[in-house]
Amino acid sequence: MTPGPDGRIRPHIFVVWVEDLPGVLNRVTSLFRRRGFNIESLSVGPARAPGVSRMTIVVRTDATTARRMRVQLSRLVNVLRADDITNEPAIHHELAMFKIQATGEERTQVIQLAGATGARLVDIAPESVVLEATASPQKIDGLAEVLRPYGIVEQVRTGLVGMARGAASVMTDPDARKPPKRRRSAPDESGGSHSV
Amino acid sequence: MTKRWRRTGAQLIWETLLGEGVHTVFGYPGGAILPAYDAMLDYPIRHILVRHEQGATHMADGYSRASGEVGVAVATSGPGATNMVTGIATAMLDSSPIVCVTGQVGSALIGTDAFQETDVTGVTLPITKHNYLVTEVDEIAPALHEAFYVARSGRPGPVLVDITKDAQQAFTEARPRLGKVDLPGYRPEPRPPETELRRAAELINRAERPVILAGHGILLSGAMGQVRELAERARIPIAMTLLGIGAIPANHSLNMGMMGMHGESWVNQAIQEADLLLALGMRFDDRVTGSLKTYAPNAAKIHIDIDPAEFNKNVRVDVALAGDLSAVLAHLLPVIEARDRSEWLGTIRGFKGDTAVRDIQNLPDMGKLYAAHVIHDIWRMTGGKAIVTTDVGQHQMWEAQYYRHNEPRTLITSGGLGTMGFALPAAVGAKVARPDDEVWVIAGDGGFQMTMCELATIAQERLKLNVAIINNGYLGMVRQWQEFFYDRRYAGTPILSPDFAALARSFGLGGEVVKSRQDVEGAVERARADERTVVLDFQVEKEDTVYPMVPTGARLQDMIRRPGQDGDGDPESEEEPVAAGRTVEW
Repeated sequence: MTPGPDGRIRPHIFVVWVEDLPGVLNRVTSLFRRRGFNIESLSVGPARAPGVSRMTIVVRTDATTARRMRVQLSRLVNVLRADDITNEPAIHHELAMFKIQATGEERTQVIQLAGATGARLVDIAPESVVLEATASPQKIDGLAEVLRPYGIVEQVRTGLVGMARGAASVMTDPDARKPPKRRRSAPDESGGSHSV
Repeated sequence: MTKRWRRTGAQLIWETLLGEGVHTVFGYPGGAILPAYDAMLDYPIRHILVRHEQGATHMADGYSRASGEVGVAVATSGPGATNMVTGIATAMLDSSPIVCVTGQVGSALIGTDAFQETDVTGVTLPITKHNYLVTEVDEIAPALHEAFYVARSGRPGPVLVDITKDAQQAFTEARPRLGKVDLPGYRPEPRPPETELRRAAELINRAERPVILAGHGILLSGAMGQVRELAERARIPIAMTLLGIGAIPANHSLNMGMMGMHGESWVNQAIQEADLLLALGMRFDDRVTGSLKTYAPNAAKIHIDIDPAEFNKNVRVDVALAGDLSAVLAHLLPVIEARDRSEWLGTIRGFKGDTAVRDIQNLPDMGKLYAAHVIHDIWRMTGGKAIVTTDVGQHQMWEAQYYRHNEPRTLITSGGLGTMGFALPAAVGAKVARPDDEVWVIAGDGGFQMTMCELATIAQERLKLNVAIINNGYLGMVRQWQEFFYDRRYAGTPILSPDFAALARSFGLGGEVVKSRQDVEGAVERARADERTVVLDFQVEKEDTVYPMVPTGARLQDMIRRPGQDGDGDPESEEEPVAAGRTVEW
């Protein structure tokens, strides 16, 4: 991609709160697709408030484009809020699992490494072990580097999730609209303010 | 015992539309929308059967632009809906509020490649302001109600509601309660902070050479009077965007005319020399800025727009005021000082001095018929009061240059998307919205052939329009670019047309061919007097060119002028709608 006027391209971390409705993920990613961005990671899960999902999206771009993306995201009808937390003091973590084919002495070494790096041993099979770690992407990269000589046969990383530090968080989860009432019950003859 | 309230989804579609004030829809039936069509007969809805669904969307768009109300287009699933894509994108780029209702295959069939199934919400996602897939009868009314709210609020735009056939057929006993729309993430009307308003007022009061850039947002916000008040009190000259035309009367002494690629040279020069640009409901499109690097280099920039996404998109601005223009100006106007600024206005008259005035009534025609002749004569004979719709291209620019609009919502043209084939269906929508107004279509021979099937719609609905085809045997604007930038290699631009007059007659409409200047008046007069729609085929000079022109990416002041221009125009004559005896830039 072409850099904008204030040039430097680096990963930008967007936190996006959306109404938990079908198709909303598509609306969000469509904005990035349209500009030809490759989303480096994206994670979605329920936010604090019911009916709200929280996404963390990492995209490499420059500051100008990131600002524009944030406004474009905010403009989507189902987006409750979009923040670029790249420069916020925040905890950025991801979860990774590595399956390593190891037996005998190597296996012992891998398990020791796990202990030393804070990774957890979550599965032991006759021919393999699975390690799980939650840490910053850089630390996960480091762990992968250390494990590589033992033979990683499978890995999965969730992509980054972020949360601002401290109590005065700017990122209090917004509320979604009230969940729709089931309209099937009790037909109402009096009608609302605009009844048809 | 009272009878229970009971409706089908199809009935709810029409009841909700009526609740939104809709009485006319433009549509085309088909399998997946059949239940809705069947129910329609029981409601006071005027259905206008189009000949192609693109026409339905342009009609809804034209209806909306002429009236300020939401226009509605209806189509079936699959090809019916995909045919709407061009019209939806046109409405999106020009912020036109339309609601498209499409039928979808039964919910059990979705995703099975069923007959006439298309993922229409997927297809239209990037070209709608918002869209809905409705699979439950009880969601039909709330979705449509929300669709109208989203379409017309904030920065308006197209909204599509795709309703499955089974949802239309299903019964419900739950009467919809449609109150205030609850969309927590949707903030259609931002309000600018007080500090920014003060900064803007200071910049305006301090400026020596300000220019107002007047865009479509003025019309959408209904801020015409306030913009005039601002301009008149502070004596600020106004430059119009294409879609802003009509927001300020063309004959207003502070209205300089159109800016940009085919704008007036003095307008562009004023912008380049300005020390303040006050952008009102416009978006610094590449067609108005020319090269961004050299755009208005010494001007501070204030941008007022309802859509914050427009700020700093193309042009870096000093003050950005997000909000409804009318509301923002209500805050701003009380602190704007009355100024004289006669020096600056004098400077602009100086820029104009060496440029001719576009008055061509007495232009020697040398036996030829020019598009400018035709449009100028239509302007004179309609008293400048007609609603004019255009496609995109040379005729569109000539219209903007030679038809002087004094009234809002009288020029309806595809600006942002630049859609050929827009004019004829848009005129149908405009005529339906404002039946008592005179409506003219000005189209090229290329664009007209894209949607001319709607002549049948016009005949069936007995609508009275006037159609002027500027027929030069070329896709004129593309030819012009080939002439300037591609060494006159006319690839794919010569175009053969049918006998348009005979074609019109075959639909039971009127038709006439006009080949010379002296026949224009008579033909226009006969067309206006005819109770049928009349198609006038103006066979104009083939290789005429729109001047002046800023080549793409060039500096705004570097306009290509008409060769051999003698520059003896009189800048004072601009106030006169019909000035006599002047030569212009030919």
